[in-house]
Amino acid sequence: MKAEQGEPFKLVIVGHVDHGKSTLVGRLLADTGSLPEGKLEQVKEFCEKNGRPFEYAFLLDALKDEQGQGITIDTARCFFKTQKRDYLIFDAPGHIEFLKNMISGAARAEAAVLVIDADEGIQENSKRHAYMLSLLGIRQVIVCVNKMDLAAYKQDVFENIRKDYGAFLSKIGISPVDYLPVSAMKGDNLVKPSENMKWYKGKNLLEALDSLRKEPPLEDAPLRIPVQDVYRFTENNDRRRIIAGRVESGTLRKGDEIILLPSGKSTRVKSIEEFNRPAHHPEEKVSAGYSTGFTLEEQIYVRRGEIVAKKGEKLPEVASTFEANVFWMGRSPLVEGKEYKLKLATSETPFKVKEIISVLDTTSLKNEKGKKIARHAAGKCVIECLKPIAFDLAENLQNTSRFVIVEDYDIVGGGIIVAKIDGSEYVQEKRMREEHWDKSMVSFEERAIRYGQKPLFIMITGKSGIDKKSIAWHLEKKLFTLGKKTYFLGIRNLLRGLNRDITDKNSREHIRRLAEVANFMVDAGLIVIATASDLSHEDFNMLRSIVDETLIITVDTQEDFSDLNLDSELPPEENAERIIKYLKFKGLIFSL
Amino acid sequence: MDRLDSLEAQSIYIIREAYNRFKNLVMLWSVGKDSTVLLWLMKKAFFGHAPIPLLHIDTGFKIPEMIKYRDKLAMELGLTMLVGQNEEALRKKETFPDGKLTRVQCCMALKTIALRKTLSGEWPRKKLNLKTGKYEEDPSREPFTGVIVGVRADEEGSRSKERYFSPRDKESNWDVADQPPELWNQFKTDFAPGTHIRIHPLLDWTELDIWEYIKRENIPVVSLYFDNGKGLRYRSLGCQPCTKPIESNAKNVDDIIEELRTGKLANIAERAGRDQDKEDGNSLETLRREGYM
Repeated sequence: MKAEQGEPFKLVIVGHVDHGKSTLVGRLLADTGSLPEGKLEQVKEFCEKNGRPFEYAFLLDALKDEQGQGITIDTARCFFKTQKRDYLIFDAPGHIEFLKNMISGAARAEAAVLVIDADEGIQENSKRHAYMLSLLGIRQVIVCVNKMDLAAYKQDVFENIRKDYGAFLSKIGISPVDYLPVSAMKGDNLVKPSENMKWYKGKNLLEALDSLRKEPPLEDAPLRIPVQDVYRFTENNDRRRIIAGRVESGTLRKGDEIILLPSGKSTRVKSIEEFNRPAHHPEEKVSAGYSTGFTLEEQIYVRRGEIVAKKGEKLPEVASTFEANVFWMGRSPLVEGKEYKLKLATSETPFKVKEIISVLDTTSLKNEKGKKIARHAAGKCVIECLKPIAFDLAENLQNTSRFVIVEDYDIVGGGIIVAKIDGSEYVQEKRMREEHWDKSMVSFEERAIRYGQKPLFIMITGKSGIDKKSIAWHLEKKLFTLGKKTYFLGIRNLLRGLNRDITDKNSREHIRRLAEVANFMVDAGLIVIATASDLSHEDFNMLRSIVDETLIITVDTQEDFSDLNLDSELPPEENAERIIKYLKFKGLIFSL
Repeated sequence: MDRLDSLEAQSIYIIREAYNRFKNLVMLWSVGKDSTVLLWLMKKAFFGHAPIPLLHIDTGFKIPEMIKYRDKLAMELGLTMLVGQNEEALRKKETFPDGKLTRVQCCMALKTIALRKTLSGEWPRKKLNLKTGKYEEDPSREPFTGVIVGVRADEEGSRSKERYFSPRDKESNWDVADQPPELWNQFKTDFAPGTHIRIHPLLDWTELDIWEYIKRENIPVVSLYFDNGKGLRYRSLGCQPCTKPIESNAKNVDDIIEELRTGKLANIAERAGRDQDKEDGNSLETLRREGYM
């Protein structure tokens, strides 16, 4: 057999608690000689010292809590190799409390082994885990009917489970590549045929694993590179401006005409960059899987979260509303109308669940109408983002169809996008506002031409303690001297007046009102300057959703939402001058 | 895409993600092979630049060659090099080599506590002045909220359960039973004030991968890893009193790869030369819960 090259085959072991997943993996490691010398003896000795029978599971359940309770808490990973290839195994916990750990392991796997206790039969998590596998997009599944020794190695026990479980799995679109009767503890049918089950003529576990397919690489699929960051390191006179990201699918070539979505900007690729490039990495192209970087022909403004695609290929969808299948791990349920954060590839945006279409009981597979999705449940819902994002549908490209949901500081859910829906509430709100806005007879363009400036809201931000206000004052003065119509809007001036009723110092309402006031002044054609400390991504998203013409300038931090970065080491006049240069360069202020 | 390519791509992705998401980010550099590969991966991630500061916790008992090598490489690569130390314990001679503590207690004092206090900014940090080559007290005491660490899952049981992005509470404790989910390369980058995140870009690498990558990239490593002429080399580096060399004639990177591949070392635990692991059944896990690397 020719050994496979490349990265290890990633496998997850799932199933109900106590059905013997860790024992199966431990035994597999021991029987294939994959354990370090002395490890087996060490664990055996440990068991003896502590007066308890040796179990193969202890090899994996290396953590104290787990040995104490005899259950796997977290996904342990371990390596083993066959003559065919290397494997990386995630042993996932079967206890319901640790579903999020199971998902963490399973989300990285290319195939799964589902373990079922021959004696206990199909249990709650046998079903729930299988459903999660289907939602996570894992199609290759091997079912191991374990503990056959406890069922006297009887063929009918095995066949019954195979029949019942097969019926369930087919409902969720999983057709297992194999069913195997095994006993992990006794070593039956793992690495060699079992003497105790002569009626079984199929593969043993090792053979079944080796016959799993490796998914083909996505080099020929449409190009997707979510922008992870934009680098401009100036040390050693480096003048490159490098767009960094991982190629999720497709191939990028030097000279390609690319398009960035959702912004829709396009340009050509000037060079593909790599430090200390190994001989086998070509200079002119880079394909799916690599973390890369490239420079552009034109210096267009690029921000994190956009997806790079190629002209002439199928482009990602762009929308703010879509339908998704989600699973939930949060302590409090997913509810309609509440604001959460969505992370898809490198983009982040606030969103609300507009409608929960159906709630799925992950064990009975019954669809029910409901207003919330509880912990460990799943469902289908309509998600509405604050701004449009680029994505793919799960049936087309998996990597850019998957997202997670963040509440407070934690990832509490995940999902895949299954359909695009047009028209969003946020967008509608904004459109409504624009529709109902009392416009005067002086147009935006007329004002811009008269004043020699595009109206702008310039927000200077950075950590508290950095003197941003001086920069703002100097900027106002310089603009004024240039004959521009400008105003410094001090947030302190709002606190004692307009915002007097807000008692919570950290409320986002402060920012909202600041933006609303700025919005009027921008509508009047002015360049409005404000400062604020430590704003979050959500704050910026909100600013931009209220005032279209928001320009974010950061001091001492390289944030992805920043249009220009300043250095507080420089005197404020100089920083203000840099902003002026930037405005001129961008054509935001001009002489007539 | 070969194995090293895919490991490298994932590590770079993680490092870039950390750099984008954390304002106060630091990379721990033990001067050993793993964290030196990590340092190299930072240069790969940032196209030859090294924008993330490096922190070395100096126990005062490190093999002297390690310190020399550290400062030489830091000067050559123009690194922002920070050093933290439990000066009080060393001054009062409350250590294992001074006979006052067990090995595990000593690790706790000189590494775990020193790390915790240096990260939080409670204790001063020394910073290498790249012009003079001397260390000076760093005026900044801002706590680090993102800490990049070069642990690998295959080293030892508890490390196999780590996430790429792993939250630690105010006391640097690791809650093994309640770790955040991590899927589809979405990591925990949001965290409550006072807590910090440990970031592990090398989790999927094995010892052999590390050496093969060192060969591929021609990464400079400290010569303690090679046979010193007496048939001894270090396989894992630590403090002089608690780290023993192994018997080996491997004189260069190729020899080490050969040694690991042919199985001469395949069946001996990598940390076998680290004595503190042997004091109680689960000492490394005990240390790790308290914030040890």
